[in-house]
Amino acid sequence: MPKMNMVQAINMALRQEMEKDDSVILLGEDVGRDGGVFRVTDGLLDKFGPERVVDTPLAESAIAGFSIGMAIAGLRPVCEMQFSGFSYFAFHQMESHASRMRQRTLGRVGVPMVMRAPYGGGVRALEHHSESREVYWAHTPGLKMVIPSTPRTARALLVSAIRDPDPVVFYEPKAVYRAFREEVPEEEETFPIGKSRLALEGKDITVISYGAMLRPTLEAASELKDKEGIECEVVDLLTISPLDDKLFTESVRKTGRAVVVHEAPRSFGAGAEVVARLVDKSFLYLEAPVRRVTGFDLVIPYYQREQDYLPGVFRIATAIRETLEF
Amino acid sequence: MPKTEIDLPYRVEYLSILDPDGQVDASLDPSLPDELLLKLYRGMVLGRKFDERMLILQRQGKIGTFAPVKGQEAQVAVTAAMEENDWLVPSFRETPAEIWRGRPMESVLLLYSGYNEGGRAPEGIRTLPVSVPVGSQTLHGAGIGYAMKYRGEKSVAVTFFGDGATSEGDFHEAMNFAAVFQVPTVFVCQNNHWAISIPRSRQTHSKTIAQKALAYDMPGLQVDGNDVLAVYQASRDAISRARSGGGPAFLELITYRMSLHTTADDPKKYRSEEEVQEWIKRDPITRFEKYLRDKDLLSDEKIQSIAAEVQAEISAAEGRWSAFVEKGVDPLDMFEWPYAQMPPDLVEQREELRRELEAKRGKVEKDTLVRD
Repeated sequence: MPKMNMVQAINMALRQEMEKDDSVILLGEDVGRDGGVFRVTDGLLDKFGPERVVDTPLAESAIAGFSIGMAIAGLRPVCEMQFSGFSYFAFHQMESHASRMRQRTLGRVGVPMVMRAPYGGGVRALEHHSESREVYWAHTPGLKMVIPSTPRTARALLVSAIRDPDPVVFYEPKAVYRAFREEVPEEEETFPIGKSRLALEGKDITVISYGAMLRPTLEAASELKDKEGIECEVVDLLTISPLDDKLFTESVRKTGRAVVVHEAPRSFGAGAEVVARLVDKSFLYLEAPVRRVTGFDLVIPYYQREQDYLPGVFRIATAIRETLEF
Repeated sequence: MPKTEIDLPYRVEYLSILDPDGQVDASLDPSLPDELLLKLYRGMVLGRKFDERMLILQRQGKIGTFAPVKGQEAQVAVTAAMEENDWLVPSFRETPAEIWRGRPMESVLLLYSGYNEGGRAPEGIRTLPVSVPVGSQTLHGAGIGYAMKYRGEKSVAVTFFGDGATSEGDFHEAMNFAAVFQVPTVFVCQNNHWAISIPRSRQTHSKTIAQKALAYDMPGLQVDGNDVLAVYQASRDAISRARSGGGPAFLELITYRMSLHTTADDPKKYRSEEEVQEWIKRDPITRFEKYLRDKDLLSDEKIQSIAAEVQAEISAAEGRWSAFVEKGVDPLDMFEWPYAQMPPDLVEQREELRRELEAKRGKVEKDTLVRD
């Protein structure tokens, strides 16, 4: 199996789906000639031409609304928001139309589109280039919200997203883009949207995370195992909405303890939903309060203070230890 | 009924006073006072040299990503035509204009080296912070115009944006509001021909950007944006018209982004070196230098002394910036910023971070002891 980083894996998913299905169209700002500001769509313009890899004018709302029209008319648009921090211009189209069209028409009209956007901190960027606002989409009924954590999950989930009959918002952890390589099979691979996966098996405590935060979570788990013999079970959510609560609620029934990790602000974040599901479904098994290790309830600061904002190995390990000691 | 032509109040005109070779159209020369001419020159040189310095600092890893401004320095003529109580509503490629209006250079360096302190508005200066989401600030310019009109202040709002921004809905909504309410807002489009990799020709099908103003019954003038005299003249006209109750106006400054979109960009992917070379011949500074030499306002010695003065000013700002950086900042400060009064949640979270930082320091000290 070839080893690739997340940028290459996403590029491969796009290329293979475009080869397979001529209704798949890419559009966005600088996705063509420039190959995307992160080079995710590099080479695709040359291969598929400007009708299928569309450099659009600078207008996020238009990119989303235009995609909705394309999807209604039978195409499979994969549009890109250059940074998730610019997707709020598009929020109105996604919330008011993409998410509701199926419900509004009682199933007659679907919007099979994907909106890709790099999200998250840790790359020393300017304002609007580092935030993590996945819950805006997750809170919108009718949308699916997916966040892969590794090259292989990114590739498999993106293929599933493109084939999904409903609109999918696909956040790509830009801190992971070129951080590491992983084996990704050349042959077709999908991963079901709405399913989480076990990233690490363990018996002492369940740690639930997703996206860019999976790496420091796994690092914390490995440090705790090596130094203190603590065995963490790590669940990688992959889909934020619809949330798969089966794996983590079952895991907590086994371990009795849980910590949730995300970089988004804490209040009303995905962690709050995870805790609510645990209370609903595993309450009697809980031996300690569930801790949320998150960003703080403020806009992620510029890069000099960014690492104090983002959850790191120290913060995660401390919360795990304290939850075990409770 | 016959088909007849509808008479519109405006047509699109193009203004150029000082050509790329430094030849002035004497009939249009605004004959600005020597002092102002030299101040404009100095402002442009400062813009260029500070930009060059920031690029070096960025390549050395001392500052992060920023948007170079090289080639667009004639923008200072817009701010030169403003009065002290006017408002500047910039996007993110207006560093020389912001400096003209009193933003200290160390504030710019702080912003791009990752300190939120770089966003702190200097006291008493009506300049909004840099706005990154393209075109969004134009609405603030329109709203400020409304406030000035409502309060009976004779102040004008001047909002900057690029050619890419004219594709955003926010921009059109701002133009419409400004026109409907006849507010004193001047829209300044810096058409630098490239929105990252998208050329002007692919941004809009319109022949000019200025003509978009006509849809709102607002005067729209196309100006040679590398001609500092034309930019000054057009800005002065638009600003004084707005100030005297004539309503909003639109200026399309034709210029060129000679450098990168941002320091994370590689323009070789999408544009030719020949095109860049063509625009270097139309450099706003060299042609103005020629004009000033012809007027005996500049000589080799004078050019050198201005350059030296400007360098000294940049070094001094860099010194103040370095002193700030060396002093360091308290991460806990970040909790102070979001609300006028810190909500209890944030008080708690600040305490959490304080404990975490202490524990981390403790861990480092413990590790050091163990090693000893």
